[in-house]
Amino acid sequence: MVAKPVFRTCGFTGLKIHDEAEKLIKINAVTAIVVLAVGGLFGLLVALTRWPTVHLLPADLFYLALTAHGIDILIVWCIFFEVALMYFASSILLQTRIATPKMGWVSYALMVLGAAITNWKVLEGNSSVMMTSYVPMQADPLFYVGLILFAVGALIACFIFLGTLVVAKAEKTYEGSIPLVTFGALVACIIAIYTIASGAIILIPTFLWSIGLISHIDPLMYKVVWWGMGHSSQQINVAAHIAVWYAIAAILFGAKPLSEKVSRCAYLTYIFFLQIASAHHLLVEPGLSSAYKIFNTSYGMYLAVLGSMIHGLTVPGCIEAAQRRKGFNNGMFEWLRKAPWGNPVFSGMFLSLILFGFLGGISGVTMGVEQINIMIHNTIYVPGHFHATVAAGTTLAFMAITYFLVPVLFRRELVLPGLAKLQPYLFGLGMGVFSLFMMGAGTLGVSRRHWDMAFSDAPHAFSHAPAAFLMMGIVGVAAVIAVIGGALFVLVIVGSVLFGKPVVHAPAAAAPAPSPVASYGNAEHVAVPGTFALALLFLTMFVLYYFVNWKYLASTWIMS
Amino acid sequence: MSITPPEQKVWFNEPVEKTEVIWVIIALAWALIMFAMMPLWHLKGTQNMSNEAYRIQPDVYQARVDAFVEKFKVGEEGHAKTPVVRPPAGSDVYMLARLWEWYPVLELEKGKSYRLHLSSLDWQHGFSVQPANINLQVHPGIDEVVTITPTDSGDFGIICNEYCGIGHHTMLGKIRVVAGK
Repeated sequence: MVAKPVFRTCGFTGLKIHDEAEKLIKINAVTAIVVLAVGGLFGLLVALTRWPTVHLLPADLFYLALTAHGIDILIVWCIFFEVALMYFASSILLQTRIATPKMGWVSYALMVLGAAITNWKVLEGNSSVMMTSYVPMQADPLFYVGLILFAVGALIACFIFLGTLVVAKAEKTYEGSIPLVTFGALVACIIAIYTIASGAIILIPTFLWSIGLISHIDPLMYKVVWWGMGHSSQQINVAAHIAVWYAIAAILFGAKPLSEKVSRCAYLTYIFFLQIASAHHLLVEPGLSSAYKIFNTSYGMYLAVLGSMIHGLTVPGCIEAAQRRKGFNNGMFEWLRKAPWGNPVFSGMFLSLILFGFLGGISGVTMGVEQINIMIHNTIYVPGHFHATVAAGTTLAFMAITYFLVPVLFRRELVLPGLAKLQPYLFGLGMGVFSLFMMGAGTLGVSRRHWDMAFSDAPHAFSHAPAAFLMMGIVGVAAVIAVIGGALFVLVIVGSVLFGKPVVHAPAAAAPAPSPVASYGNAEHVAVPGTFALALLFLTMFVLYYFVNWKYLASTWIMS
Repeated sequence: MSITPPEQKVWFNEPVEKTEVIWVIIALAWALIMFAMMPLWHLKGTQNMSNEAYRIQPDVYQARVDAFVEKFKVGEEGHAKTPVVRPPAGSDVYMLARLWEWYPVLELEKGKSYRLHLSSLDWQHGFSVQPANINLQVHPGIDEVVTITPTDSGDFGIICNEYCGIGHHTMLGKIRVVAGK
């Protein structure tokens, strides 16, 4: 029958760690990082091909590498890591045993099998259909089978997470409400279930179509439902990496949320509104009404954007409050200047926050305007935007928390600490520049998913502005810098897991005792003027950029 | 802390601090302004998505395009000898997408409106007019009608910006806008 769960006590945090949960977290996180390395390599090949003077791969291999890069990073890497995070946020933060650990291994096996099958089919060369696999373009049937198996595995992991919450509640391992980070993971889990359901609704019929059992899949319907998976899967990332931001603020600074109520309500807007963003991808589609597009692209009435803007204040706000309690009270920004910028857990987290908000957030909302999308749809602005969100935002946040998890779960010290210190800056700034100049090239009309911006084999002559070529060159250089940053991460983490010195005592970076940074709503509350100034700066840039784009739109051809 | 249960058992009962209240109000106001901009632009702006589209069989669409080309053809252009078509201002004009070609070349007059039809015979394609930077999605089986008025003259490339297989990057068409008399 069921063996009695075995726990150990963490030397860092004093948390009780269930050994089965620990094994599952480790294997999912390690697999995620292996996939990140593979997917990142494909990304490098793509970037070196789009760098006009390098133009590395021939066309067929370029489209193959791009398909593999999209699937491996946007889906496989993120979801594997999020499974690890869900197990961490439930079993470890709630101090309980993980529910049905055997099913955890089934889930893991299905996800590995699915990812392997899809990658195998893509590498065979007959499924270069991009991550989106828009019908009527058809991939090998097993391409869809792999994705479906992966999704089933991820769905099992979601239910293990929910089951663990139930176990913790039943066994009374905590009092009151679940912690904010677990709450964030729960939001991610709910969005994940919705995402996987959308994926099943569209990928199963598409698979049946690919083996000839269904005669026709409507391309427009496919896109509406597919993006219910495609966009929502990125909203899992948002919910998860914001939970990571809060977790790191708590771990490093002992920070409490300014107000649990505000942060949690912001999360709730995600559950209610984020999923309808499928429409972001359908704004210049024929056959859908403007009313549908306007309501859905704006998440109702930008209420999920409101949620993100709230997190944008409360995450740095809780750090500022904690720092001010510790005496970093001089001026507006001493709390930030004296933050541990040499610790990759912090620098990764804070760069992720800034880049996600200023680059990814502003560009995402602006390009999601029904009319402004006319200037942006399918240009390289789009990958510019989502590298700012998924690479500089999500991936960097996940890297940051990995630096914390290695000593805690693997009980190894980091090897090459000097490189670890440098890594978030290389990756974050490389990705930031990369994203920014892709957006620039996109506003000059450079297409995404395109092998030859010089159109040398085309029947007519057309050339982009010289500035577009220059920007794509800068994109190439920045990509190389970011990839070096990514490779350093893999090197440091894999090196530490394999060869790191075992941790014997709690090092200096151990979590401080929770210091009360806020007694909610009363005069004891620490003011956060620095964060508020940053938030106003953000809003100013947002408003300016938003209206500049309207002005730019007004200068193009008249259409209705 | 964020990694431990909240102090108050029912977190919803917490009072909220002033900074957060102010920020929520500012952010909500901005959200509503952004929401209002889209319908407002439909009323006041001059760049809007068309809501006119019809289901159509690809062969029917092709027949219409062929008739259109035959009627208004004025020449040929490019390696593929794509017909150049000069339709009268205000009329229905057709652009057809197929692997890997935009057909035909259109010659339009600056400042005049045209009812532009877009459809694909096979896969999805992306109608990207550059450097005007207008990007529309083209579907098989849907006849999309957009009323356009070119406001600059010159030669414009039509890039396919929806990935459509191995010849995708060779799929380049042309619209020529000539200054009116």
